[in-house]
Amino acid sequence: METKTKDHAALAEAFIRDEEHVNWHDGALWWIRQKRDIASKQIPEWEALRETASRIKSNVLSNLHDYLLQFEANLIKNGITVHWASDAEEHNRIVYSILKAREINQMIKSKSMLTEECHLNEYLAERGIDVINSDLGEYIQQLDNEPPSHIVLPCIHKRKEEIGEIFHEHLGTEKGVSDPTTLTRFARRHLRNAFITRRAALTGVNFAVAETGEYVVCTNEGNADMGAHLSDVQIASMGLEKIIPQKKHLGIFLRLLARSATGQPITIYSSHFKKPRAGQEMHLILVDLGRTRQLGRPEFRESLKCIKCGACMNTCPVYRKSGGLSYHNTISGPIGAILAPNLDMKRHADLPFASTLCGSCSNVCPVKINIHDQLYQWRQVIVKEGFAANTKVLGMKAMAWTLSSPNSYTRMGRAGRWVLNNIPFAINNKLNPWYKQREMPDGPKESFGEWYAKNQKENGSDKK
Amino acid sequence: MTVGLFIPCYVNQFYPQAAIATLQLLQKLGLHVVYPPRQTCCGQPMANSGFEHLTQECNDLFLENFASFDYIVAPSASCVLHVKQHLHSTNDPALAERVRSKVYELVEFLTDVLKIDHLKARFPHKVGIHQSCHGLRGLYLAQMSELNARPFSKPVQLLNMVDGLELIDLDRPDECCGFGGTFCVAEEAVSVKMGRDRVTDHVKNGAEYITSVDLSCLMHLEGILHRNKSAVKAVHIAEILNSTL
Repeated sequence: METKTKDHAALAEAFIRDEEHVNWHDGALWWIRQKRDIASKQIPEWEALRETASRIKSNVLSNLHDYLLQFEANLIKNGITVHWASDAEEHNRIVYSILKAREINQMIKSKSMLTEECHLNEYLAERGIDVINSDLGEYIQQLDNEPPSHIVLPCIHKRKEEIGEIFHEHLGTEKGVSDPTTLTRFARRHLRNAFITRRAALTGVNFAVAETGEYVVCTNEGNADMGAHLSDVQIASMGLEKIIPQKKHLGIFLRLLARSATGQPITIYSSHFKKPRAGQEMHLILVDLGRTRQLGRPEFRESLKCIKCGACMNTCPVYRKSGGLSYHNTISGPIGAILAPNLDMKRHADLPFASTLCGSCSNVCPVKINIHDQLYQWRQVIVKEGFAANTKVLGMKAMAWTLSSPNSYTRMGRAGRWVLNNIPFAINNKLNPWYKQREMPDGPKESFGEWYAKNQKENGSDKK
Repeated sequence: MTVGLFIPCYVNQFYPQAAIATLQLLQKLGLHVVYPPRQTCCGQPMANSGFEHLTQECNDLFLENFASFDYIVAPSASCVLHVKQHLHSTNDPALAERVRSKVYELVEFLTDVLKIDHLKARFPHKVGIHQSCHGLRGLYLAQMSELNARPFSKPVQLLNMVDGLELIDLDRPDECCGFGGTFCVAEEAVSVKMGRDRVTDHVKNGAEYITSVDLSCLMHLEGILHRNKSAVKAVHIAEILNSTL
């Protein structure tokens, strides 16, 4: 595959080499999937909630234009300055201009996958502005100079010993200390200082209510509130798809979000932001970044319903065994694999193939996105657009030709079984990826077709 | 009632004993079964790789072979699901639709069409069920662990009719084995790791046999079992249901 970085298969293979680590990673995420199962089965109306949420989001996608304008008008009424950005560059330029106008060179940021997509931290760093991620997981990833591997659990691929090492190197904790409580307290001291001294705070947005012009940010650590409440300038960045029509709809989404994400009945903090305090400025940036293009793709528009709970990652066996960073995209896992090709089809041509199409992702999705069907559809689009490797195209054409003719299929089948029986080393070698860690099936002397011709036709069972 | 026996390409070539068991089982139940000899493949390997546009000839061939039957039955959930979802015809769309509605995977044919309530079968072994994803989440052969919904299982319903058979419980009852068609070679490392973890779950919980409605999953799991020289065997559910050991 002609990707600039290594493709998913190669990155996953590297991740899997440390089997003990993979088992731990797989177990940690499976444990969260089980917590999600327990939480979702405690409320009898769970499936009805999913259906309702999905339909509300369908309504949003069909009326996005109107809801966005309504939301904007209400934001302005509430005293929030509204900005529109069509891409990452424009978004980053807006944030920079807000900070520059107030001569602010330090900012604290709570979790926002959108700003990760925009590479905001790097953009601001190049212009002399220092950003601290205040979500503990993202803070750890920032210290280690690595992107998040999971949208809810940014450093789930790291064990506590590795985090202890990072803290030792960057924050000066004692070598060998890996007790989570000790490390968290240490990080808290560092972050508290940042909260108090930063004049600007940026948050993401979980839900934006068109009806009221307020937005809701969900965190377990209270870090969004801490940053926002102590700031002179508060900025929120959101993708266009985060709109919900009315405040009464929030209950549906908040009940689904935390249960799907971690198995909690609700996130610890669901903070509503509506208008600036006296003396504070609030800005909200509405970002397109490919969303409207995706909205225009009939077979993929449902992907915009995503509320970023991460349940599809936790349940995905491929994700659990290969790690989020193997997806080489800000949003990893099954949902990332259907969002990424919209942004850069060539670069992400491998991602829709990084799945067995098992369908578990679609079943856990709180807004019922048909993720595995979209993975299948992306495969068709990627091949038609010419992003499949030439060898694969030739192989598939040969296969289609063989299988379209009963005679050639029978000949090939007989030849294949003969090879397996008589010269197995022609197949059982290093060039055959099946054989690397698996035996080939035995080559039976007779196919079923041959057996049937001998044994059944003469019994007269072939008559209709 | 005449049943057309649809034997997937790789089952025909590599697992004739499962196909024979399917045929004999249906015959024992008094059905008239015919195997159209000119069948090849449903086209799924191409379609799942992104080449659905190359499957028209396979579709036409399938229609030619199977259009005349009352029912079409196959010992493979995956291939049946593919036919149900993707069998199309440019010349005769109505025919394709009719054929799609007549295709059944063996287990669902026994429980939903024939509605059998007993079987003369004996298989005195501890058996673990590997839920094929296409059977489970595609054909709804059993309830899916992700959903908050009433549990049921068509394969369990049938295996409970088998004398001497003891079903084992798994830690993860419906996790994918990692076969995934061309995924098994394109993503070899992930595929094998997924398969190994499934095998471990069955072995740890005392299975002597791993069974499934899909031989593609079993071919993958068997490849891993054989490489590890395990005594645990993979066997298609038709062979158990047809067994008189």
